[in-house]
Amino acid sequence: MVRRLLAFGVALSLGAAPALAQGTKFPPITDKTTLTECSACHLAFPPQLLPARSWQALLGNLGNHFGQSATLAAQDQATVLAYLKAHAADAPGTPGGATYLKGLQASTTPLRITETPYWKRWHGEVSKARFAQVKSPANCEACHKGAAKGQFTEAEEEE
Amino acid sequence: MQVRRSIDLRVILPAAGAAVLLMMGTALALADPARDAILAALATQAKAADPAFTAFSAARGEAFWNAEHSGGNPDLRSCTSCHTKDPTAEGKTTVGKAIAPMAVSKSQQRFTDEAKMTKWFDRNCNNVLGRVCTPTEEGDIITYLSGK
Repeated sequence: MVRRLLAFGVALSLGAAPALAQGTKFPPITDKTTLTECSACHLAFPPQLLPARSWQALLGNLGNHFGQSATLAAQDQATVLAYLKAHAADAPGTPGGATYLKGLQASTTPLRITETPYWKRWHGEVSKARFAQVKSPANCEACHKGAAKGQFTEAEEEE
Repeated sequence: MQVRRSIDLRVILPAAGAAVLLMMGTALALADPARDAILAALATQAKAADPAFTAFSAARGEAFWNAEHSGGNPDLRSCTSCHTKDPTAEGKTTVGKAIAPMAVSKSQQRFTDEAKMTKWFDRNCNNVLGRVCTPTEEGDIITYLSGK
Protein backbone atom coordinates (compact mmCIF):
# COMPACT_ATOMS: atom_id res chain seq x y z
CA MET A 1 0.00 0.00 0.00
CA VAL A 2 2.78 2.37 0.95
CA ARG A 3 4.65 1.42 -2.20
CA ARG A 4 1.58 2.04 -4.33
CA LEU A 5 1.04 5.41 -2.73
CA LEU A 6 4.68 6.32 -3.27
CA ALA A 7 4.56 5.26 -6.89
CA PHE A 8 1.43 7.33 -7.37
CA GLY A 9 3.12 10.32 -5.74
CA VAL A 10 6.15 10.01 -8.00
CA ALA A 11 3.99 9.67 -11.08
CA LEU A 12 1.94 12.68 -10.06
CA SER A 13 4.92 14.91 -9.36
CA LEU A 14 6.76 13.89 -12.55
CA GLY A 15 3.61 14.21 -14.60
CA ALA A 16 3.12 17.72 -13.35
CA ALA A 17 6.80 18.66 -13.54
CA PRO A 18 6.84 20.94 -16.59
CA ALA A 19 4.08 23.18 -15.23
CA LEU A 20 5.39 23.45 -11.69
CA ALA A 21 9.07 22.79 -11.34
CA GLN A 22 12.14 24.36 -12.91
CA GLY A 23 13.07 21.15 -14.66
CA THR A 24 12.75 17.42 -14.87
CA LYS A 25 14.40 14.54 -13.09
CA PHE A 26 14.67 11.25 -14.96
CA PRO A 27 15.38 7.95 -13.26
CA PRO A 28 18.96 6.75 -13.84
CA ILE A 29 19.63 4.25 -16.63
CA THR A 30 20.15 0.97 -14.80
CA ASP A 31 21.25 -1.24 -17.69
CA LYS A 32 25.05 -1.25 -17.95
CA THR A 33 25.19 -2.07 -21.68
CA THR A 34 22.76 0.72 -22.52
CA LEU A 35 24.63 3.23 -20.38
CA THR A 36 28.09 2.25 -21.65
CA GLU A 37 27.27 2.00 -25.34
CA CYS A 38 25.10 5.10 -25.66
CA SER A 39 27.37 7.29 -23.56
CA ALA A 40 30.48 6.33 -25.53
CA CYS A 41 29.63 9.07 -28.05
CA HIS A 42 26.95 11.22 -26.43
CA LEU A 43 24.92 11.51 -23.27
CA ALA A 44 22.90 8.37 -22.68
CA PHE A 45 19.65 10.22 -23.35
CA PRO A 46 16.69 9.41 -21.07
CA PRO A 47 14.66 6.73 -22.90
CA GLN A 48 11.50 8.47 -21.65
CA LEU A 49 12.07 11.24 -24.20
CA LEU A 50 11.08 9.14 -27.22
CA PRO A 51 8.31 6.62 -27.90
CA ALA A 52 9.19 2.95 -28.36
CA ARG A 53 8.72 3.17 -32.15
CA SER A 54 11.48 5.78 -32.29
CA TRP A 55 13.94 3.62 -30.37
CA GLN A 56 13.04 0.72 -32.64
CA ALA A 57 13.82 2.81 -35.72
CA LEU A 58 17.07 4.16 -34.27
CA LEU A 59 18.42 0.83 -33.04
CA GLY A 60 17.42 -0.77 -36.34
CA ASN A 61 19.63 1.61 -38.30
CA LEU A 62 22.85 1.96 -36.31
CA GLY A 63 24.90 1.55 -39.49
CA ASN A 64 23.76 5.08 -40.37
CA HIS A 65 23.24 6.84 -37.07
CA PHE A 66 22.86 10.45 -38.20
CA GLY A 67 25.56 9.96 -40.82
CA GLN A 68 27.85 7.88 -38.64
CA SER A 69 28.32 4.20 -38.03
CA ALA A 70 27.37 3.21 -34.50
CA THR A 71 27.04 -0.51 -35.08
CA LEU A 72 26.77 -2.84 -32.10
CA ALA A 73 27.21 -6.57 -31.68
CA ALA A 74 23.80 -8.20 -32.27
CA GLN A 75 23.36 -9.23 -28.65
CA ASP A 76 24.21 -5.77 -27.29
CA GLN A 77 21.90 -4.16 -29.83
CA ALA A 78 19.02 -6.37 -28.64
CA THR A 79 19.79 -5.61 -24.98
CA VAL A 80 19.87 -1.86 -25.55
CA LEU A 81 16.71 -1.85 -27.66
CA ALA A 82 14.79 -3.89 -25.07
CA TYR A 83 15.81 -1.51 -22.29
CA LEU A 84 14.99 1.65 -24.25
CA LYS A 85 11.59 0.33 -25.31
CA ALA A 86 10.74 -0.78 -21.77
CA HIS A 87 11.42 2.77 -20.54
CA ALA A 88 10.09 4.70 -23.53
CA ALA A 89 7.62 7.58 -23.23
CA ASP A 90 4.76 5.27 -24.17
CA ALA A 91 5.86 2.24 -22.16
CA PRO A 92 3.17 1.17 -19.67
CA GLY A 93 5.18 1.83 -16.51
CA THR A 94 6.79 5.15 -17.48
CA PRO A 95 5.97 7.83 -14.89
CA GLY A 96 4.89 11.04 -16.57
CA GLY A 97 4.76 9.39 -19.97
CA ALA A 98 1.74 11.42 -21.08
CA THR A 99 3.74 14.61 -20.51
CA TYR A 100 6.54 13.51 -22.82
CA LEU A 101 4.05 12.41 -25.46
CA LYS A 102 1.90 15.55 -25.36
CA GLY A 103 1.61 17.08 -28.81
CA LEU A 104 3.42 14.22 -30.51
CA GLN A 105 1.49 12.84 -33.48
CA ALA A 106 0.95 9.10 -33.19
CA SER A 107 1.61 8.85 -36.94
CA THR A 108 5.14 10.27 -36.65
CA THR A 109 8.33 8.58 -35.55
CA PRO A 110 10.76 11.26 -34.35
CA LEU A 111 14.39 10.20 -34.70
CA ARG A 112 15.73 13.14 -32.75
CA ILE A 113 14.64 14.13 -29.26
CA THR A 114 14.93 17.72 -30.48
CA GLU A 115 12.03 17.06 -32.89
CA THR A 116 9.59 16.28 -30.10
CA PRO A 117 7.06 18.89 -28.91
CA TYR A 118 8.15 18.15 -25.33
CA TRP A 119 11.79 19.12 -26.00
CA LYS A 120 10.72 22.15 -28.05
CA ARG A 121 8.48 23.42 -25.26
CA TRP A 122 11.51 23.64 -23.00
CA HIS A 123 14.07 25.05 -25.45
CA GLY A 124 12.18 27.76 -27.33
CA GLU A 125 14.18 30.51 -25.68
CA VAL A 126 17.60 29.04 -26.46
CA SER A 127 19.26 30.70 -29.45
CA LYS A 128 20.73 28.88 -32.44
CA ALA A 129 24.03 30.59 -31.70
CA ARG A 130 24.09 29.10 -28.21
CA PHE A 131 23.55 25.60 -29.62
CA ALA A 132 26.28 26.18 -32.22
CA GLN A 133 28.60 27.28 -29.44
CA VAL A 134 28.26 23.87 -27.75
CA LYS A 135 28.53 22.04 -31.12
CA SER A 136 25.07 20.51 -31.03
CA PRO A 137 21.75 20.55 -29.14
CA ALA A 138 22.62 16.90 -28.41
CA ASN A 139 25.33 18.16 -26.07
CA CYS A 140 22.88 18.39 -23.15
CA GLU A 141 25.61 18.55 -20.54
CA ALA A 142 26.97 21.81 -21.88
CA CYS A 143 24.08 23.55 -20.11
CA HIS A 144 22.47 20.84 -17.97
CA LYS A 145 25.38 19.92 -15.72
CA GLY A 146 23.42 17.13 -14.01
CA ALA A 147 22.20 15.58 -17.26
CA ALA A 148 24.24 12.39 -16.84
CA LYS A 149 22.36 11.84 -13.58
CA GLY A 150 19.03 12.53 -15.25
CA GLN A 151 18.73 16.04 -13.85
CA PHE A 152 17.60 18.64 -16.34
CA THR A 153 17.06 21.94 -14.61
CA GLU A 154 17.07 25.53 -15.72
CA ALA A 155 19.37 28.34 -14.60
CA GLU A 156 22.45 26.19 -14.89
CA GLU A 157 24.21 28.39 -17.38
CA GLU A 158 27.73 29.16 -16.31
CA GLU A 159 28.55 31.70 -18.97
CA MET B 1 72.84 -22.98 -4.13
CA GLN B 2 75.58 -21.98 -6.55
CA VAL B 3 74.51 -24.50 -9.13
CA ARG B 4 70.87 -23.60 -8.79
CA ARG B 5 71.62 -19.91 -9.26
CA SER B 6 73.67 -20.39 -12.41
CA ILE B 7 70.87 -22.40 -13.98
CA ASP B 8 68.36 -19.65 -13.25
CA LEU B 9 70.61 -17.00 -14.75
CA ARG B 10 71.09 -18.97 -17.91
CA VAL B 11 67.34 -18.88 -18.38
CA ILE B 12 66.72 -15.34 -17.21
CA LEU B 13 69.53 -13.47 -18.97
CA PRO B 14 68.66 -14.41 -22.55
CA ALA B 15 65.01 -13.73 -21.83
CA ALA B 16 65.84 -10.29 -20.43
CA GLY B 17 68.06 -9.61 -23.43
CA ALA B 18 65.29 -10.59 -25.81
CA ALA B 19 62.87 -8.31 -23.98
CA VAL B 20 65.26 -5.37 -24.28
CA LEU B 21 65.78 -6.04 -27.98
CA LEU B 22 62.00 -6.29 -28.49
CA MET B 23 61.47 -2.96 -26.74
CA MET B 24 64.15 -1.29 -28.83
CA GLY B 25 62.67 -2.80 -31.97
CA THR B 26 59.26 -1.27 -31.24
CA ALA B 27 60.62 2.16 -30.33
CA LEU B 28 60.11 1.61 -26.61
CA ALA B 29 56.41 0.92 -27.08
CA LEU B 30 54.56 -0.13 -23.95
CA ALA B 31 54.14 -3.87 -24.09
CA ASP B 32 50.96 -5.68 -23.08
CA PRO B 33 50.34 -9.39 -23.67
CA ALA B 34 46.80 -8.83 -24.96
CA ARG B 35 47.90 -6.08 -27.34
CA ASP B 36 50.83 -8.19 -28.53
CA ALA B 37 48.44 -11.06 -29.28
CA ILE B 38 46.12 -8.72 -31.21
CA LEU B 39 49.09 -7.41 -33.23
CA ALA B 40 50.35 -10.95 -33.89
CA ALA B 41 46.93 -12.00 -35.21
CA LEU B 42 46.75 -8.89 -37.42
CA ALA B 43 50.26 -9.63 -38.73
CA THR B 44 49.16 -13.14 -39.72
CA GLN B 45 46.16 -11.67 -41.58
CA ALA B 46 48.33 -9.00 -43.21
CA LYS B 47 50.79 -11.62 -44.42
CA ALA B 48 47.95 -13.74 -45.79
CA ALA B 49 46.55 -10.76 -47.70
CA ASP B 50 49.95 -9.63 -48.99
CA PRO B 51 52.92 -12.04 -49.09
CA ALA B 52 55.27 -9.04 -49.36
CA PHE B 53 54.22 -7.84 -45.88
CA THR B 54 57.11 -7.89 -43.41
CA ALA B 55 56.19 -5.78 -40.36
CA PHE B 56 53.86 -3.03 -39.15
CA SER B 57 55.18 0.51 -39.39
CA ALA B 58 54.64 3.36 -36.92
CA ALA B 59 55.58 5.81 -39.69
CA ARG B 60 52.88 4.44 -42.01
CA GLY B 61 50.45 4.52 -39.08
CA GLU B 62 51.27 8.16 -38.39
CA ALA B 63 50.79 9.10 -42.04
CA PHE B 64 47.43 7.27 -42.11
CA TRP B 65 46.34 8.95 -38.86
CA ASN B 66 47.01 12.44 -40.20
CA ALA B 67 45.87 11.88 -43.81
CA GLU B 68 42.70 13.31 -45.31
CA HIS B 69 40.73 10.33 -46.59
CA SER B 70 37.61 10.13 -48.73
CA GLY B 71 34.72 7.77 -49.25
CA GLY B 72 33.13 8.20 -45.84
CA ASN B 73 31.25 10.97 -44.06
CA PRO B 74 32.48 14.27 -45.58
CA ASP B 75 32.58 15.82 -42.10
CA LEU B 76 34.87 13.06 -40.86
CA ARG B 77 37.74 12.82 -43.35
CA SER B 78 40.49 11.95 -40.93
CA CYS B 79 41.23 10.18 -37.66
CA THR B 80 42.18 13.66 -36.48
CA SER B 81 38.62 14.95 -37.08
CA CYS B 82 37.71 13.58 -33.66
CA HIS B 83 41.02 12.47 -32.11
CA THR B 84 43.06 15.59 -33.06
CA LYS B 85 46.59 15.60 -34.52
CA ASP B 86 48.04 14.90 -31.09
CA PRO B 87 47.15 11.35 -29.97
CA THR B 88 48.29 12.16 -26.43
CA ALA B 89 45.55 14.81 -26.19
CA GLU B 90 41.83 14.32 -25.54
CA GLY B 91 39.60 14.20 -28.58
CA LYS B 92 35.97 15.18 -29.02
CA THR B 93 33.00 13.39 -30.61
CA THR B 94 30.84 15.28 -33.11
CA VAL B 95 28.41 16.13 -30.33
CA GLY B 96 31.17 17.49 -28.11
CA LYS B 97 31.79 14.60 -25.73
CA ALA B 98 35.41 14.09 -24.66
CA ILE B 99 37.34 11.07 -25.97
CA ALA B 100 40.23 9.84 -23.81
CA PRO B 101 43.62 10.02 -25.61
CA MET B 102 44.35 7.20 -28.07
CA ALA B 103 48.08 7.16 -27.22
CA VAL B 104 48.88 4.04 -25.23
CA SER B 105 51.17 6.05 -22.93
CA LYS B 106 48.08 8.01 -21.81
CA SER B 107 45.41 5.29 -22.04
CA GLN B 108 47.12 2.01 -21.33
CA GLN B 109 44.06 -0.16 -21.97
CA ARG B 110 43.94 0.84 -25.66
CA PHE B 111 43.94 -2.11 -28.12
CA THR B 112 43.85 -4.75 -25.40
CA ASP B 113 40.13 -5.65 -25.74
CA GLU B 114 39.65 -7.21 -29.15
CA ALA B 115 35.84 -6.89 -29.27
CA LYS B 116 36.00 -3.21 -28.36
CA MET B 117 38.81 -2.56 -30.81
CA THR B 118 37.02 -4.31 -33.67
CA LYS B 119 33.81 -2.41 -32.94
CA TRP B 120 35.57 0.95 -33.13
CA PHE B 121 37.76 0.18 -36.15
CA ASP B 122 34.67 -1.03 -38.03
CA ARG B 123 32.69 2.08 -37.12
CA ASN B 124 35.41 4.64 -37.63
CA CYS B 125 36.98 3.23 -40.79
CA ASN B 126 33.48 3.24 -42.28
CA ASN B 127 32.94 6.80 -41.09
CA VAL B 128 36.24 8.10 -42.48
CA LEU B 129 36.92 5.85 -45.51
CA GLY B 130 33.53 4.29 -46.26
CA ARG B 131 35.07 0.81 -45.84
CA VAL B 132 36.69 -1.37 -43.21
CA CYS B 133 40.42 -0.97 -42.68
CA THR B 134 42.90 -3.61 -43.81
CA PRO B 135 44.86 -5.65 -41.23
CA THR B 136 47.98 -3.72 -42.28
CA GLU B 137 46.30 -0.34 -41.72
CA GLU B 138 45.00 -1.44 -38.31
CA GLY B 139 48.37 -2.86 -37.25
CA ASP B 140 50.19 0.27 -38.42
CA ILE B 141 47.83 2.52 -36.43
CA ILE B 142 48.16 0.40 -33.29
CA THR B 143 51.95 0.39 -33.69
CA TYR B 144 52.00 4.19 -34.11
CA LEU B 145 49.77 4.78 -31.08
CA SER B 146 51.66 2.24 -28.95
CA GLY B 147 54.81 4.34 -29.38
CA LYS B 148 53.02 7.59 -28.56
